[in-house]
Amino acid sequence: MPLIEFADFSFKYLGADSLALRKVDLNIEEGEYVVLTGPSGCGKTTLCRAINGLVPQFHRGYIAGNVIVDGKNTREHNVAELAPIAGLVFQQPENQLVTLNVEREIAFGPENLGVERKEIRRRVEELIDMLDLEHLREKHPHEMSGGEQQRVAMAATLALKPKVLVADEPTSNLDPQSAVTILDLIADLNRRDMTVVLVEHRLDLVSKDASRVVLMDKGSIVADGEPREVLSMDLCQEIGVGIPKATQIYKRLKQRGFNLDKVPLTGAELATLVQEVKQR
Amino acid sequence: MIFLENVHFAYDGLYTALRGVSLQIDEGELIAIVGSNGAGKTTLVKHLNGLLRPDLGRVILDGVDTKHNSVAELAREIGLVMQNPDHQLFLDSVEREVLFGLENLGYSKVEAKERCERTLNNLGLEGLSERSPFTLSGGERKRVALASVLATEPRVLSLDEPTIGQDARQKENLAKMLGELNKKGKAVIVVTHDIEFVIENFPRTVAMADGRIVADGPTNSVLSNNEVLERCSLTRPQLTEAARCLHNVFPEVPERLTLIDDLEAVVVKILGGG
Ligand SMILES: Nc1ncnc2c1ncn2[C@@H]1O[C@H](COP(=O)(O)OP(=O)(O)OP(=O)(O)O)[C@@H](O)[C@H]1O
Ligand SMILES: Nc1ncnc2c1ncn2[C@@H]1O[C@H](COP(=O)(O)OP(=O)(O)OP(=O)(O)O)[C@@H](O)[C@H]1O
Ligand SMILES: [Mg+2]
Ligand SMILES: [Mg+2]
Repeated sequence: MPLIEFADFSFKYLGADSLALRKVDLNIEEGEYVVLTGPSGCGKTTLCRAINGLVPQFHRGYIAGNVIVDGKNTREHNVAELAPIAGLVFQQPENQLVTLNVEREIAFGPENLGVERKEIRRRVEELIDMLDLEHLREKHPHEMSGGEQQRVAMAATLALKPKVLVADEPTSNLDPQSAVTILDLIADLNRRDMTVVLVEHRLDLVSKDASRVVLMDKGSIVADGEPREVLSMDLCQEIGVGIPKATQIYKRLKQRGFNLDKVPLTGAELATLVQEVKQR
Repeated sequence: MIFLENVHFAYDGLYTALRGVSLQIDEGELIAIVGSNGAGKTTLVKHLNGLLRPDLGRVILDGVDTKHNSVAELAREIGLVMQNPDHQLFLDSVEREVLFGLENLGYSKVEAKERCERTLNNLGLEGLSERSPFTLSGGERKRVALASVLATEPRVLSLDEPTIGQDARQKENLAKMLGELNKKGKAVIVVTHDIEFVIENFPRTVAMADGRIVADGPTNSVLSNNEVLERCSLTRPQLTEAARCLHNVFPEVPERLTLIDDLEAVVVKILGGG
């Protein structure tokens, strides 16, 4: 049984004229690392909200089809029941920060789940260390920079130890170093046992970690497969999605009649592939 | 035109965010401000239009200290798009949001309407003018915040993380609009973590860390200085990384910041074409 199953799922926000999700069919197995991408407004955030039950429990509207998460139909189980399964990092991190300081923010989720105090302390200290939050420990989450807030939101979500991390553009406010650190951490947790669904426009940063890329446009899934396969499709550029520069060069070379052995996703891969062709 | 002179600032007098920042911005410049989370970039741009006032030091506009100017006065000259659009948007329709600034600046109804429509189209927001900003997607909301400021074409545009939530096409649209405004003589200052966006569009880069400006100069030299990259939590963008890796094997590939056309040309040459 897949961990997440969208079965012919459609959703229209209350008062909206058109569907935000149209007949979405999507199965995500345990252990996958799915990058979800597509043009601004195509429905990525709505899909994330549908995984943790915010759609349709909090954001109401017209709904057809079903979403089943770890065996639970999101129509029938409330957000609190789904919280330990699917941890969502909001696109706008400020909107999910609810306590008076960073330490309490990280402890808040596990406390609500009834996790033992000692274990909570351990998680808080571990996350403060991993996400470089020591200097912010006592600070009010609304009195911080955008990137600092985003790191706190990530820490607070990881503290839940969710089965699946659903992260909605989690690097959008991060400086490039922090983005690398956090993405490495996520990739590491994925290698252990955490399933990942990550929304991202900056595919140059994440596609190397992903096992799968799902491309959306206008509320529908329009491509779904291995990162190298999806990102080398012309469809990406047609709908305005930015592919990694190394992949772009691969495509340009191909047009000129030079074929590299595979589709590169990073600069280093591109260099190696060029070298291989040259040596033949 | 604008001169920040040794600006110091601490939130609530307690949390130090700027430790002596001096920066000169001339008419018609394109400047990117980059650097670590918490470095003070947002704090800095909020000083340009008086949203924050220095504890020490001065902000000088056209030779005059701005300490007696209200935010409303400064906003006529210096438009600021905030990092979080939720802090900026407050009206119940996209159109009203954009018209608000224009009408405040005294544009006639007809002219305001025309500018509003044009800006919304340029930013891929056509068809959303009747919508409430609070029902938009994150990227759409950011573009409404951008539209409301870009439509007024102030002398100085300062944009805090304008590419957040934007796909490649919207980023191109934005870059094009900024280029056109710049051709009309407007200065554009962006705060951004998007190094590719910087390399492609901004000839001057200011790098910050820990409340200070660590480097200020031509983008090429600032972003190829390893010490600056390290201190300001920056990384090399993918193309530069590719150029570096290729350089190790093919010395004819220059090891520096690269645009895609240049790197393509070099690789084609290596492979014996072109
Ligand atoms: N609360 C809402 N009420 C009505 N319409 C909404 C609401 N939230 C989003 N929408 C609309 O639903 C569509 C999908 O929005 P969604 O936020 O899922 O897009 P997205 O892919 O996450 O975009 P972005 O990359 O800009 O964040 C958009 O057309 C948007 O305008
Ligand atoms: N409202 C506030 N109250 C107290 N401290 C604040 C407040 N806003 C920001 N700070 C602190 O001031 C410093 C500079 O913050 P600023 O928002 O200017 O950083 P930034 O460079 O824009 O970072 P980011 O890249 O994360 O947006 C940080 O240490 C931050 O924690
Ligand atoms: Mg979104
Ligand atoms: Mg900032």
